[in-house]
Amino acid sequence: MHIVVCVKQVPDTANVRINPETNTLMREGVESIMNPFDEYALEEALKLKDAHGARVTVITMGPPQADVILRDAMARGADDAVLLTDRAVAGADTLATSYVLSLAIKKLNEKPDLVLFGKQAIDGDTAQVGPGVSEFLDYPLVTYVKSLSVKDGVFTVETLMDEGTDVIEGRLPAVMTVVKEASTPRFGSLAGWIDAKDAAIPAWGAKDVQADIAQCGLDGSPTKVVKIFAPPTKSGGRKVDGREKPAEVVDEIMQLLKEKGVR
Amino acid sequence: MADAPIIIDPEKCKGCKLCIKACPFDALYMEGKLAVLKPEECRACGSCVDACKFKAITAAESAGAKVDLSAYKGVWVFVEQRQGKVQEVAYELLATGRRLADDRGSELAAVILGHNVTDAAASLVAAGADKVYVVDQPVLAEYEANVYTDALSQVIAKYKPEVVLAGATAIGRAFFAKVAVRSRTGLTADCTMLSVDKETGLLHQTRPAFGGNIMATIMTPNHRPQMATVRPKVFKTAPPDPARKGETLIEALKLVAPSTKIVRTERDASGVNIAEAEVIVAGGRGMKKGENLEMLKKLAKLLGGEMGVSRACVDAGWCSVAHQVGQTGKTVCPKLYLAFGISGAIQHLEGMRASDTIIAVNRDANAPIFGVADLGIVGDLFDIAPRLISALEAAK
Repeated sequence: MHIVVCVKQVPDTANVRINPETNTLMREGVESIMNPFDEYALEEALKLKDAHGARVTVITMGPPQADVILRDAMARGADDAVLLTDRAVAGADTLATSYVLSLAIKKLNEKPDLVLFGKQAIDGDTAQVGPGVSEFLDYPLVTYVKSLSVKDGVFTVETLMDEGTDVIEGRLPAVMTVVKEASTPRFGSLAGWIDAKDAAIPAWGAKDVQADIAQCGLDGSPTKVVKIFAPPTKSGGRKVDGREKPAEVVDEIMQLLKEKGVR
Repeated sequence: MADAPIIIDPEKCKGCKLCIKACPFDALYMEGKLAVLKPEECRACGSCVDACKFKAITAAESAGAKVDLSAYKGVWVFVEQRQGKVQEVAYELLATGRRLADDRGSELAAVILGHNVTDAAASLVAAGADKVYVVDQPVLAEYEANVYTDALSQVIAKYKPEVVLAGATAIGRAFFAKVAVRSRTGLTADCTMLSVDKETGLLHQTRPAFGGNIMATIMTPNHRPQMATVRPKVFKTAPPDPARKGETLIEALKLVAPSTKIVRTERDASGVNIAEAEVIVAGGRGMKKGENLEMLKKLAKLLGGEMGVSRACVDAGWCSVAHQVGQTGKTVCPKLYLAFGISGAIQHLEGMRASDTIIAVNRDANAPIFGVADLGIVGDLFDIAPRLISALEAAK
C-alpha cells in the first residue's frame, strides 16, 4: 500500500496579529510549524504502516525552507518526501493549490492507494484543498475521518459529522481528511531525526509536474484577497467591580436578564 | 509567477511611500527614492494602484482565460437536508441571499438535493426563494460527496448562477469544494459578511483567517459562479412569508453511482446542540476543574439553555467537544451568553461575538472578553455563580 500525506507549513497563528496603524500582518517572531491537523493525518498513515506495512510519502508545497516539516515527518517514520517549490506556484488559492498538488501526486512512481490531509490548515482554515485534490485525481472523498481501517482494499472509517458519527465504507483508492479526534501524533525518534536531517528530498517545480503555468499560483487563482483588516471589536459595555460586593452584581445580572426577557 | 502582477513606472514614481502604507502584504519597499515590488509577497490586490497619486503603478493584465461573466445570473442557495429535514442554515442563507438578490436586482433560487424532498419547496419559497430547483432521487437520500458534486455541478452548468452559497457544515464544506473545482471557479470558506456590487455583481466575501486574528475580503473577479460557504448562525433567518409565490422546477438528471456508502449513523446520545440554544452558560480555564462545570450546567438548566465551554476545557478533558464554542468548535448566536472564567481568546470570541447579550465574569480586569461584553463583571466566579443560582431559584 502506498499512502501519500499532504502537509503544509503554517505560521503559528496564535501569534499572528494585524498592526492596527498600517493594517499589515505582523509576522516578526512568528514561528513556522507543521499544520497541527496534518500531524493527525500523518499519524493515521504511520499507524497503517505499522499494522500492514505501507510506503508513506509526504508532500508539501511551499518555500524551500518548508523542507523542515518534511524532515519532521520522515523522523516520525515517513519513507519519502517531495518538496514542491517554485515561484510560479506562489500565491495560489485552493483551486491552484489543488491542481499542482494533484499533478505532483500523479507524477509519483507508484500510484497512491490513499491520499491523506489534515481536516484544514490553521492559517487559511478553508478545508478545501483535500476535496479539491480528490476532484483532480477523480478519487472518492471522505472528510472528517476520526478512525480508519483498511482490509483487502476496502476501507471502513468513522467520520465526525455535525450531529454525530457516520460509519462509511468504500474501496481504495480514496482521498481523506483527518480530524484531531483520530489519535495522538507520535514524536520523531532521535535516530529518525539523524537520518531525516540529511535525507535527500527532491524539489519539484511547476515544469517538473507538467503544470500549465496559467493554472498555477496567483494567475491560476480565481479568488483574490482585496483587503485585510483587524477584526471589528464590539465596544465593550459597562464594566463593574464585583470583588467587594458580589451580591450587588448578582442583582444587576438578574435585572439585565429581566430586561432582555430571558427570565 | 510568470510576470510581476504590478508594474511600477520609475519615471512617474516620486518616492512618496503612499503605496507602501497601502500595501496589506508588505510587498513593496523603497530602494533609494523608488518603490520596488517583492513579487513573491504581492497578491495583486490593487491597493497600491489606487493609493498612488502619480499614476505610477498599474496592474498587469491577468493571463487567465476570460469567462463570459454576463451569461451568469441570479443568486442561489444550496439547501442542505439530513433525513429529509431542511437544515436551519439554509433559511439563514435564504434571508441573506434575498438581500443580495434584491441589491443586485436578480432572482433568488434554492437548490435542494435529496429523496422525497419536493414538499420542502413551499417553505423555501416562504423563506424568500423565487425559484426552487429540486433534484429528487433515491441515490441522493444520504450525502455522498461524488453524487452530490455531480448533481449540483450539472444544475450549475445548466442555469449559470452568478452566486452560489452553502452552509459551512461538515457536508457543505466538503462537497462544495469539489463543485468549485469542477466548475473551475473560486470558493471562499466561512464568510461572515457578504455584499454585492449592484453594477458589476461582484461579491465581496469577508472571512476570518489566521485563526480569526485577521479579517480578509475576497473576490472572484473573472470566474463564475462566485461561490461561498457561510457558518451556521452567522446570519439571521427572516420570518417566513407563506403568501410568497415561487416556482418549483424538478430537475431530472442522470447521476453517477456513489463511490462510498454509509453503513451506520450514530447521533450524539447527549443530544446537545449548542448552536440551537437560546441561552448559553459557558465556562473556561477559570473553572479550575471539571467538577466545577456542574455549577454551569445547573445555571444553564435554570435559564432554559445549554452549557458551552472554551477550548481549554475540552483540551483539559473536562468536557466533550459537543459543547465547545469557537473557531474549532461551534459558532453560536444565542439571546444570552454568560461567560464564566473565559479570558476571550480571539478564536473563542469569533464563535460567540454575534450573541445578542453577553455577560462576562472574570478575575482579570484586562481580559479580552470584556471587550465584547454588554455587562462585564470583574470578580471571582466562585462568589458570583452560586449566588446567581440561589437568586434564580428564589425567583421561580
